Amino acid sequence: MNQTVLSVSGITKTFPGVRALDDVSFDIRAGEVHALVGENGAGKSTLMKVLAGLYKPDSGEIVHRGEAVRLTSPLEARNRGILLIHQELSLSPELSAAENIYLGAWPTNRLGVLDKRKLRADAQAALDALGCDFGATARVGTLSIARQQMVEIARAQAFNANLVIFDEPTASLTEGEKVQLFQTIERLRAAGVGIVYISHKMDEIFEITDRITVLRDGAVQGTVETRDTGIAEITRMMIGRDLDSYFHRARADFGAETLRVEGLTKAGLFRDVSFSVREGEVLGLYGLVGAGRSEVVETIFGIRKPDAGRLFWRGEETAFPKPRKAIEIGMALVPESRKEQGLILGMGGRQNITLPHLRLFSRLRVMQERQERAVFDRYRERLSIKTTGPEQPVSLLSGGNQQKFVLAKWLCAEPKLVILDEPTRGIDVGSKSAIHELIAGLAEQGLAVIVISSEMPEVLGVSHRVLTMSEGRVAGEFSGDSMTEQNLIEAVSRQAPAAVESEVA
Amino acid sequence: MTINWRGLLQRHGLILAFGLFLAGVALGNDAFLTPGNILDVLRQVSITGLIALGVTFVVVTGRLDLSVGSMLTLLTVIVVDQHNTLGPGLAILCTLLAGLAIGAWNGLLVGYLGFNALIVTLAMLSLLNGVTLWYSGGSNVNVVGADQSWFGVFGRGSVAGIPVPVILFLGSAGAASFLLRRTVFGRSVYAVGGNQVTSVFSGIDARLTVFCAYLLSGLATALAAVVMGSRVMGAQNTIGQGYELTVLAGIILGGTSLMGGSGSIWRTVIGIAMLGFIQNGLLLMGFPYYVQWLVTWAIIIAAVWIDLAAKRGKVFA
Repeated sequence: MNQTVLSVSGITKTFPGVRALDDVSFDIRAGEVHALVGENGAGKSTLMKVLAGLYKPDSGEIVHRGEAVRLTSPLEARNRGILLIHQELSLSPELSAAENIYLGAWPTNRLGVLDKRKLRADAQAALDALGCDFGATARVGTLSIARQQMVEIARAQAFNANLVIFDEPTASLTEGEKVQLFQTIERLRAAGVGIVYISHKMDEIFEITDRITVLRDGAVQGTVETRDTGIAEITRMMIGRDLDSYFHRARADFGAETLRVEGLTKAGLFRDVSFSVREGEVLGLYGLVGAGRSEVVETIFGIRKPDAGRLFWRGEETAFPKPRKAIEIGMALVPESRKEQGLILGMGGRQNITLPHLRLFSRLRVMQERQERAVFDRYRERLSIKTTGPEQPVSLLSGGNQQKFVLAKWLCAEPKLVILDEPTRGIDVGSKSAIHELIAGLAEQGLAVIVISSEMPEVLGVSHRVLTMSEGRVAGEFSGDSMTEQNLIEAVSRQAPAAVESEVA
Repeated sequence: MTINWRGLLQRHGLILAFGLFLAGVALGNDAFLTPGNILDVLRQVSITGLIALGVTFVVVTGRLDLSVGSMLTLLTVIVVDQHNTLGPGLAILCTLLAGLAIGAWNGLLVGYLGFNALIVTLAMLSLLNGVTLWYSGGSNVNVVGADQSWFGVFGRGSVAGIPVPVILFLGSAGAASFLLRRTVFGRSVYAVGGNQVTSVFSGIDARLTVFCAYLLSGLATALAAVVMGSRVMGAQNTIGQGYELTVLAGIILGGTSLMGGSGSIWRTVIGIAMLGFIQNGLLLMGFPYYVQWLVTWAIIIAAVWIDLAAKRGKVFA
């Protein structure tokens, strides 16, 4: 069972100005789950793309099932049984699950006409083997993200893959869906498939993997047996130093109330939401995906219009603002999706940072580029952003560095209230810790901070007070000793039936 | 350090090819690269060029304006016809206002109501054809007493040997470039074209930005109509036919992406000038008229191909 499926040795890959992979060697055995970890920009994605035939390495050797190979295209990799499951799924939403599974290899009869019956039967068999509870004829666009992921994995089953690479597979899954995914990975492992598991989430890595290979700055720092190591050692290998503490909480020193909302309601999204946040306070908003947290803060920021509710800004009742007005009075919203809502990927760092404050950086409506470059330099230094210059398009940066530009964009105009929606999603441990430190620093400077997070340890670690939301309602408020994992989980799960009852009554 | 040929080709490939073309024609024809002929070409492209300046704003927001050809027809008919009733000054004012009004209507439908730009402006093209025929009653209009009017200066006059249309075109290009490159509005145009959702989250009024881009497109077309009316001293009901495509060809040739978010005014000026010189060069070399269209087609395909090849280069670098 311990034979090697694939081994790479001495792989080097350079891009203009960067050595993305530097003499990388490692191997994957049949029937093992092998974690690939490293900070953003450490070379994980590049290595993964080399294995999937998307990139051609400058030098080095790839040996697949005892045979030296050159992978020149994803199709060739797939024909050899190597399959990459992307973080962003690559399915055609208009086609059925079966059609997606066999995309590019649809079975035909003697006349060259699509053999629908065989297609459906084969696809259903692949789905059943993975324990899926939906039919092969379902249109993919109507399936949940978790089920769509299963369709991708079913390709591995259908094409008899011997190596499957998962890239951040749990990024948009709920807890229950994650458990299912892990069961599926377990089945693949039992069938002797080699699995590469790329993730930032340490708890998952320690739950599911057999070995861990750590990358830093494009070079392998070491491969260790998962059962012989711990989070501290892996983190040290990743960042090259000890993480003093995982979370930073600002010292509790609160001033006047910055924001209060009362009875905030938007039909179909949330109902009767009331809370307040003070200067120097970090308020956590915890809840499952879809609980209405993002929608609430987007309404406060003026992206959406509420049906009812009142808003008090620094002690005075204020009309709900439009985004530009919200920015002017001192609100900042670091949105959930940095690529879709946070950044303009084709623009450089300079233009991204000043985008919400065009008036501030202009005189008589003419942009003052010198001031823009000055603020760019200041934040590049302050947040240690790795970029070649103010004009380098942010699309070329790693996720962590992109997120730092989103933060710079919202902090540079000295807001009074900072709302961060999932600020550490999909970024590495080192950057996460830096962002937690930053949040604490903001509160200690006297800013009011609201942090939305689906990660319980994060919410508990950075907040002074936590509000839980469930199905569009505030389900509980906790501070001090009552702020425990147990209480939060109970509040989130208890509210659901209660909400249904009150609808009936 | 090796030279990045692909990058070089991407940024300057077309200009290089264009330079080779100019040199080639100039070698075979002494009249081609003379100041007189260069000014002549610039004068010929000034109408297309003026329109293209306005449409560039629309394209950078990630939208299209296909109504400018029939808008040019209607506005030229208006300026010529009103010249005979209101006199040149008020006629020009009327034309500019009419251009802004048509732009505002496009901007309202696309910017504020979120209708598809292709459909809205294509429908506008049809509507304006109808309005033109209704307004003119189907007959051609001519400037009465052309000899006594100062109206001719826009299309036929010249200052210090430089034709007025060329001055108008290049002057407007300078102003447009400043507006797009240096101002808050221009930055908003790039932002909306680059990512509209992010723009809204950043407090930018995306709807107003798109609306204003269409206003500029209407205004630029009105200016072009004044030059056109003044040059021809009359207007037929088909005078602007096909201009929307020539304008778009020039913009694409300059390298402004139809996806929005990138491009510039000087790129549009170069693209439009390239079209003009190529057509002029082909005529001087004695090719029949229709060859221009075939060559224009080939050049546009080449421009799109180079753009695409450069983008692929990024992925498989």
